[in-house]
Amino acid sequence: MIAGSRMDKEKLLFLQNKATEIRKITIEMIGRLGSGHVGGSLSIIDLLTDIYYNAGNVNPENPSDPNRDRVVISKGHAGPGLYAVLASKGYFPMDEIKTLNKGGTHLPSHCDMNKTVGVDMTAGSLGQGLSCAIGMALAGKLDKKDYRVYCVIGDGESQEGQIWEALMYAGNMKLDNLTIFIDYNRMQIDGYTDEINSLDPLDDKYRAFNLNTIRINGHDIAAIDDAINAAKACKDKCTAVIMDTIKGYGVPWAEELKVGSHSFAITEQQWREFCGKEAE
Amino acid sequence: MQDIKEMRQVYCDCLLDLAKDNNDIVVIEADLMNCIKTERFKAQYPERFFNVGIAEANMVGIAAGLSTCGKIPFISSFAPFATRRCYDQIFISVAYSKQNVKIVGTDPGISAEVNGGTHMPFEDMGIMRLIPECVCVEPTDAAMLKSLMPQIANYKGLVYIRLFRKKTEKVYDDGEKFDLFKARSIKKGKDVTIIASGIMVSRAMEAAEILQGEGIDAGVLNTYTWKPMDRQAVLSAAKGSGAIVVAENHNICGGLTSAVTEVVCSEYPVPVLSVGVNDKFGEVGKMPYLSNVYRMNVSDIVERCREVIALKK
Repeated sequence: MIAGSRMDKEKLLFLQNKATEIRKITIEMIGRLGSGHVGGSLSIIDLLTDIYYNAGNVNPENPSDPNRDRVVISKGHAGPGLYAVLASKGYFPMDEIKTLNKGGTHLPSHCDMNKTVGVDMTAGSLGQGLSCAIGMALAGKLDKKDYRVYCVIGDGESQEGQIWEALMYAGNMKLDNLTIFIDYNRMQIDGYTDEINSLDPLDDKYRAFNLNTIRINGHDIAAIDDAINAAKACKDKCTAVIMDTIKGYGVPWAEELKVGSHSFAITEQQWREFCGKEAE
Repeated sequence: MQDIKEMRQVYCDCLLDLAKDNNDIVVIEADLMNCIKTERFKAQYPERFFNVGIAEANMVGIAAGLSTCGKIPFISSFAPFATRRCYDQIFISVAYSKQNVKIVGTDPGISAEVNGGTHMPFEDMGIMRLIPECVCVEPTDAAMLKSLMPQIANYKGLVYIRLFRKKTEKVYDDGEKFDLFKARSIKKGKDVTIIASGIMVSRAMEAAEILQGEGIDAGVLNTYTWKPMDRQAVLSAAKGSGAIVVAENHNICGGLTSAVTEVVCSEYPVPVLSVGVNDKFGEVGKMPYLSNVYRMNVSDIVERCREVIALKK
């Protein structure tokens, strides 16, 4: 159980509404293109909303502030989800969401720190982002800065060996300025993680790697925020937050597709209806 | 004549020197600190030294992350593990992400000796050369390493340093200056130029002397930086001697021969032959034995020079 008080109702409502807005931006972005990584973008929107609108020290006016919190989306295919949050925060003009994956865009399928304002690390070849996040956390300690590093890894991604190399080191180095979020939606491209190469018991694995391990409903923003606060309060241990999530969460026709929600085609009617946008 | 100092000793001397004035220099090892001998750095700057254990991929990613925060990580392992083992991490987390990381791969080619085929890299420069914008350099001896290290640290971007680990043949005097992006002509030759790198430089010089005795004027060009290749120096050799022999401690395919012929073929085609490893794996043995196995001796260079001159006619 997480200690401390829960988020007040007004703030929670604000964040929930923001998350809904950001889901709409994500769907419009991918919908205008015609298809893309819907499922894994939607499953982390609640987390990203809390980080960017509440818990994180981020500033779109100064996106390369050396004291800012870092966000590494190691499951780089969730780029559209991150871009939706960044656009809504004003890191770049909202109009740019229409350029997703088009030639010359600043918004490529997978997160790219050299192309998109506000993206802290390039990812896409799975398993690599957590090591990079550790490097950022070590630099923070070295420079005696109090920024925090948030790293989001996928459950399927956790089948990559480098994740466990990184976890072993994060645990041993007691990186209390690093918080790892596991998007445990239990699905990957070829099927259910439990059928392909199960991760369970995942909590036990994290505890065995000497991480402060918290398990929450990844769509409960108050629980996400409590977990982040618990991570901030936890000294001398790196915190891992295992988030039980639903792939495609918040968009019924995406959720229904289950494993098929990873990447699929969206019709114009679908996205316009969901976003409440009339044809132009 | 052998160098007085081991290359690893000079490497660590340079790191200590650089770290004195630059707080951003950090060192990461993957359980081979004891081989590259960076323990003096660890003793002097414990907070700037990390040992991740036997986890090269993690080492590369951590280096990339540190670099995003302005650090200049020097990371090392035996060359196959510093390159081949963690190639995608280097490619994506470091190179594609435009991070400023210096990778040192030790025990190049036959210098891996008794560690044998699993540890003997004939492909490290080849695969690193394929990474866009990656600078690939093989310092010849202690004097050159000392001159190049500050330039490597100051260069913003990925540099791969192919490092002979122990005492190597001394070619240059201490204090001599080198440009990271230029080749160094040792001798001009009218009949043929031997383009060499690493342990093959001193062998090329010996070969040139033997050839001189036969009335053949052989030049020697040291292309210690394989990428970017000093095109002007290579073209000047092609034009001046009309024939080239490349001598490398690496697979000919993808290695220095490829780098040289890419320049020569596109601008001034002349016959090019090679002394180097011809599509073979490594094996155990001492350097003299391995030099015989892969035909990398002075006599092989001499023979190849005669052959290439015949091709001119």
